[in-house]
Amino acid sequence: MAVETTTRAKLRWGLLDVLVVVFALVPVLWIASLSFKTPATLTDGNFIPREWTLDNYRTIFDTDQFVRALVNSIGIALIATLIAVVLGAMAAYAISRLDFPGKKLLVGVSLLIAMFPQVSLVSPLFEIERQLKIFDTWLGLILPYITFALPLAIYTLSAFFKQIPWDLEKAAKMDGATQGQAFRRVIAPLAAPGLFTTAILVFIFCWNDFLFAISLTSTERSRTVPAALSFFTGASQFEDPTGAICAAAVVITVPIILFVLFFQRRIVSGLTSGAVKG
Amino acid sequence: MSINATPTGADVAADETSEATGQRATVPTQRGGRRKPPLSENKKAERRLGLLLCAPAALVMIAVTAYPIIYSVWLSLQRFDLRFPDQREFIGLENYVTVLTNEFWWTAFGVTTLITVVTVAVELVLGMGLAIIMHRTLVGRGLVRTSALIPYGIVTVVAAFSWRYAWTPGTGYLADLFSDGAPLTERASSLAIIMLAEIWKTTPFMALLLMAGLALVPEDLLKAASTDGATAWQKFTKVMLPVMKPAILVALLFRTLDAFRVFDNIFVLTAGGNETSSVSMLAYNNLIRGLNLGIGSTMSVLIFITVAIIAFVFVKLFGTAAPGSDDGERR
Repeated sequence: MAVETTTRAKLRWGLLDVLVVVFALVPVLWIASLSFKTPATLTDGNFIPREWTLDNYRTIFDTDQFVRALVNSIGIALIATLIAVVLGAMAAYAISRLDFPGKKLLVGVSLLIAMFPQVSLVSPLFEIERQLKIFDTWLGLILPYITFALPLAIYTLSAFFKQIPWDLEKAAKMDGATQGQAFRRVIAPLAAPGLFTTAILVFIFCWNDFLFAISLTSTERSRTVPAALSFFTGASQFEDPTGAICAAAVVITVPIILFVLFFQRRIVSGLTSGAVKG
Repeated sequence: MSINATPTGADVAADETSEATGQRATVPTQRGGRRKPPLSENKKAERRLGLLLCAPAALVMIAVTAYPIIYSVWLSLQRFDLRFPDQREFIGLENYVTVLTNEFWWTAFGVTTLITVVTVAVELVLGMGLAIIMHRTLVGRGLVRTSALIPYGIVTVVAAFSWRYAWTPGTGYLADLFSDGAPLTERASSLAIIMLAEIWKTTPFMALLLMAGLALVPEDLLKAASTDGATAWQKFTKVMLPVMKPAILVALLFRTLDAFRVFDNIFVLTAGGNETSSVSMLAYNNLIRGLNLGIGSTMSVLIFITVAIIAFVFVKLFGTAAPGSDDGERR
């Protein structure tokens, strides 16, 4: 489209931009605003707090319930991400570079899992995990997270690996580098951005899960923040938990905002180059 | 890892448009006649390494999905209520009869279908708009893309709480928008809010998938259409849409199946009250709240079958890239 970069065209696009930004940010700003409101002004319906306070944040970090859930969320998501990316990278390397039987099948299976209704797994996993004594443990959540993150990891990484000029490895070896050096100095730096991007996408997926988190846990031992939020009661039973819920919600939104701010380009390229939502 | 990978490089150059691994699996076969025995030592080693590298991922995926789904079929054929474990027995298809003649199930099915159809339709339109803005805007492209990623990345439960408080009378900034009291206590308005929350959260994902399709539209074609005097709408319908068709179908397939699983938003917004339960919500309630593994599993199996039918219809009727087929990875 040969759009002339006139001021009017720019203005029109600018207006559309503003519309998108407002649409995307209002719910986030709203919950942040609620988290800074004092109990007295919580129900005034004002979009911007009249009185600001950090009390809600103090409350949640003082309660074991939230801190424990936060530790669970971070630990479970990090471990699941690490394993999914390592397994995914191995499979993606094979898919993008090697010729072997069953390759098509693997791609097909991952696609099926990406479309799988997760709720269908809740009842059997609930029963199986109880029998295996991993119900309400980190492992009990990590396993399904890895499974549903793998298709995402495999697709994204295959797409990245296909763009790597692998001939460079051969060139390096011809120049006298050993296999190890060629991998470390040439291939690893080229593959790192892809691995990193995939790790972000997988982490977001694990961080986000709610269904498994409430179905496969029953205590604070392994409950993650999204699940814990729905059990929040505030500092005492009789206190309105709204402020605390909002503060906790903001805390778990911070990493997402940081990812998006710093790695927008990577996330977009990861999602458009061959990603499937888990 | 010194593997002979000559076909890979050649392939990429040969068919840039087909990013599918399926392609890659077959092309070398034709070229080098690899399947014909005897395989060279090199080839054997390559096959072994390939299988070895894929094995862990394949094992995990199968162990955590295939086995449980089969187990779930087995559970669905039993009377199995964890509150009365001694009454456990094999009852054939009785659970299916119970569920399929139950009015709650069909209400939930209707709600899920409604939410799926409406949200996917709205998201397609909004997502297309957003994709075009993200792709073409002359100013602030980074800003738009960054903002759009926030709904995608945010935890669904967090967003759901934000919407819930926004519509709570007294607390929320939206509650007084329509004068008739508490919107989350009435069925129609609750469903509308659930759909709004879903649309807000997933439109960016739809837009990103569509943007991948937009990137495939050749600039020259658009320029040519412009010189021929095509209007913006004509360019959109006659040039862009046909090129984007595969991307659109894949986006629709994934969003439809994803929308059908709707759970988080309903859980937080209404907890399924006022007949706003989705099938996922109902299965969860039977399982975790009711501890009825038999009925819960029956619903799980029925949801699985429904999703399989939707996927089948997309693939057969609309020719969406089939799983593992040549187009399987394009999106």
